Amino acid sequence: MTFLVDLLAATLRNATPLVYGTVGETYAERSGVLNLGIEGTMYAGAFFGFAAAYASGSLLVGLGAALAVGLLAGALMGLLTVTLGANQHVSGIGLTIGLVGLSEFVNRLLFRGGELQRIEPFPLVEPPAFLGPLAPIFSQYALTYLAFLVLVPLAWWILRGTSFGLELRAVGENPEAADAAGISVARTRYLALMFGGALMGLGGAVFTLASLGSFTLDIIAGRGWVCIALVIFGRWRIGRGVIGALLFSAVYSLQLRLRILPGWGDVPFELLLALPYLVVILALAISGRNVAYPGAYLKPYRRT
Amino acid sequence: MSDRCRSIDPDTETLTPRLRLPVAFATLVMALALAACQGAATTPAATSATPPAPEASAAPSAGGSSASPEARKLKVFGAFATAIEEPWDGVIHAALQAEKDAGRIDYQFTDSIGYSGDMERVLREVAEKDQPDVIFGDAFGNEEAVRRVAAEYPAIAFVFGSGGGPADPNFSVFDNWIHEPAYLAGVLAGGLTKSNVIGAVGGYPVPEVNRIVNAFTKGAQDVNPKVDVKVTFISSWFDPAAAKEAALAQVGAGADILFAERFGVIEAAVEKNVLAIGNMSDQKNLAPKNVVTSVTWNMDPTVKYVLDQVLAGAYTAQDLKDFSMVAKGGAALSEINKDVVGGVPQDLIDKVMAREAEIKAGTFRVDINEAQPAGSTVKGG
Repeated sequence: MTFLVDLLAATLRNATPLVYGTVGETYAERSGVLNLGIEGTMYAGAFFGFAAAYASGSLLVGLGAALAVGLLAGALMGLLTVTLGANQHVSGIGLTIGLVGLSEFVNRLLFRGGELQRIEPFPLVEPPAFLGPLAPIFSQYALTYLAFLVLVPLAWWILRGTSFGLELRAVGENPEAADAAGISVARTRYLALMFGGALMGLGGAVFTLASLGSFTLDIIAGRGWVCIALVIFGRWRIGRGVIGALLFSAVYSLQLRLRILPGWGDVPFELLLALPYLVVILALAISGRNVAYPGAYLKPYRRT
Repeated sequence: MSDRCRSIDPDTETLTPRLRLPVAFATLVMALALAACQGAATTPAATSATPPAPEASAAPSAGGSSASPEARKLKVFGAFATAIEEPWDGVIHAALQAEKDAGRIDYQFTDSIGYSGDMERVLREVAEKDQPDVIFGDAFGNEEAVRRVAAEYPAIAFVFGSGGGPADPNFSVFDNWIHEPAYLAGVLAGGLTKSNVIGAVGGYPVPEVNRIVNAFTKGAQDVNPKVDVKVTFISSWFDPAAAKEAALAQVGAGADILFAERFGVIEAAVEKNVLAIGNMSDQKNLAPKNVVTSVTWNMDPTVKYVLDQVLAGAYTAQDLKDFSMVAKGGAALSEINKDVVGGVPQDLIDKVMAREAEIKAGTFRVDINEAQPAGSTVKGG
């Protein structure tokens, strides 16, 4: 019982940054742009969020900085892929390398490779007492509540139920038709990339402002790439992507707990460490064979 | 396959002239980004590796006979595979930086060199152009390249962190032999735990980490035979979020004191209000209510010894292991923090101090065990 409660709490906690990243990436891709800048955007959000919070002494300023950096990164991706029509793979990977390099460079300038600096991060939200033994599940960061209770429904509703969401999807499926209908393809893609980028920045800031209270190099450690996979796993749907993030986190949290049980010493821990990735690949192989990509995926739009 | 699949592959489309400029621009962005990644690289990015001539590098001899009575300022270079923010290389850098700040050496360094062939290029360029007296660095993952360059520049003292042995005439090795303070930390943890479950989170199960974790476990078991030490490797040197999750899983399994071989574990201790033991440097400042002590490594004795030897013209290739151990001040258990939650009983502190005195006096020896520890020290299932 306590094992299960502990596992569920860890699952929600670990899924949080993935949810921000996956929802953000879904928006970018539904508008027709694969944003491989996600890893770097999360990294920059983590670093500049921490640096701003460290300098100002305010976590909310840090959160704002992470958001702003993500927004800018999304706009830069827009400049490269929408305005200039550059190859999306090259632009995205270039953006990631650039943002990681910039963050590490500024980190060196600010902290000079000295002792690790720590700020007091966001506290856990204390769950009401009537939940009894289930209370630990709801002992989470405010950013986790924000992700699951506000962001996911809101992002789903915007994409499904608003005219902007319809325009975004139209631009991603058939930009020619959308353009003919009077929708600005460039403006819509910019907005999708900037909104998505802001979410990626927040996802990165979850590490520095809530989970750890410090910035160390390589802090994202490939979780942005996991989000790319989760978007495909979710077939470009918000709900399915979030389920993917939860599944990944559940297996990730489970293997950390299995490894330290007596008797599991004979199982190579590397195998258990690979388990969440294997499970997602397996689920994708079973359920994702007839995946419908957004129609204008990877294609820059030019009026002809 | 339908045309749906064809439409997702951009590589099948030929680049129209209109697209060429943007692509070139994106490539430029990438190139600039790569350049930015080099961060504080101090060597110019020369592309041609000049073939070294061993006899040409005889210029300022490190072990030469020209040792003047007043100490001359040695030229020292640091070559680090990781960033100096990484704790291991950070310890070496800190010791060299301290010597520079004291005005005793000229010191420059290049970090984040990586493990894909750049180490040899950086070392050759430095050896040719700057001709330092000593090059410090870490050879892990670059062992062959470092030794190859060292053999070709016998006038330069190469002093590298390494899992191998020294090589005549100029290649000395050191390593972080902090198993002794790790044992002492284990004694402390074994005495402090109330649940008899202790957690330890490490990077990779390599000898340097295994011997620390094993010594820690041995120390805990020597004072508390009932103790279960749970060990998790996160397969990364730098993933504090994963280290924290691993530590939280250990707390979930009952651990009430955590050995933080990596960054991230102390944050878990703060969140769950349990105790933690830092590693590499004194990490009490990160959490004054939770960090009870730290297992520290100090490169000052090694650096001082090497610089003195080079200045005296007496430098030889050797294993500098002893200078990273307790007896010579290269390893230590930092001051025990009695202000942590739950406090620390004085008789336990006395016990740890007594053991430390025995180690210093040479009457107690901590065994070196580099086998990979299991996830749990409790056998069966």
